[in-house]
Amino acid sequence: MSAITAPAAIESTPTPIPVSQVLPWAFLLGLLAIVTVYFVGAEQGAVSLLSGTGVHEFVHDGRHLLGFPCH
Amino acid sequence: MRTLLIRGLLAGLLAGLAAFGVAYLVGEPSLRTAIAYEETGTAADHHHDEAATSEHAHGEEAEVSRTVQSTWGLLTGTLAIGLAVGGIVALALALAIGRIGPLGERGTAALVVGIGFVAVVLVPFLTYPPNPPAVGDPDTIGTRTAAYFGLLLASLVAVGVAGSVARSLGGRTDAWGRAGAAALTYVVLMLAVAAVLPSYDELGDFPASTLWSFRLGSLATLTTLWGVVGLTLVASLARIRTTPARAGAGSPA
Ligand SMILES: [Zn+2]
Repeated sequence: MSAITAPAAIESTPTPIPVSQVLPWAFLLGLLAIVTVYFVGAEQGAVSLLSGTGVHEFVHDGRHLLGFPCH
Repeated sequence: MRTLLIRGLLAGLLAGLAAFGVAYLVGEPSLRTAIAYEETGTAADHHHDEAATSEHAHGEEAEVSRTVQSTWGLLTGTLAIGLAVGGIVALALALAIGRIGPLGERGTAALVVGIGFVAVVLVPFLTYPPNPPAVGDPDTIGTRTAAYFGLLLASLVAVGVAGSVARSLGGRTDAWGRAGAAALTYVVLMLAVAAVLPSYDELGDFPASTLWSFRLGSLATLTTLWGVVGLTLVASLARIRTTPARAGAGSPA
């Protein structure tokens, strides 16, 4: 945030990160994200892995307001 | 790479908190009105008898109290989705940096978040607008959920196709020409997908004003979530750039 950074203000095209370096993370985080979205967005609604309605009720308001079909 | 992911997740955490605030203040009032309407028993879906109520209970008979649903439950939901969005955006950014036209890191981040918002929030919102409690036939929840997630998937695939169309144009046109071709491809594909997917009309005589304010609240929540992810990520990338300690600007983040 000082005058020293003036040359950096003009962004040059950065070097791409090799795909092989991204892939393991993509796999891990992709899986976690799918599980997360599933539990917030669909569990104990259209499909149920766990019995009961506790998960559905707990995330209920989030499910509605985040745009997922709830019931 | 790891710093980028951590920044993405932190941005997601912050976004989840902000989205909770907006959801609580702007979304909850219409949600409460909708639940009150549902409990008067005038809801359009006549399947909502005792059996259905026990399956989807909001009132005192619920396992989780309404207070918990509207506070800790809501917070858990927005934080979880914030983290998921932050993580996936960071991954997409890791793949996009240095690969999209003449854009720098911050420009790429803004573009990735913008595309994500259109593909994951705006287009699904326009195709299947979110519904408050008391709207929706419990008998169709299966197909509605499948259609919603199918639409999300189709939207992401369409973004991929649009990207490869832009790539295939190569040097035949400039960056604006490629961006235009990509946008046109996406719009045409999604119009086709939306035309093929089923539509649902299960509003019954639900009050229109409550429906409208609920949908605005939902859109405000989602816009806050994505907006904060974008702003935080762009700001944190600016910090990487301006930190003198950033040894070897060419090495992967
Ligand atoms: Zn509900």
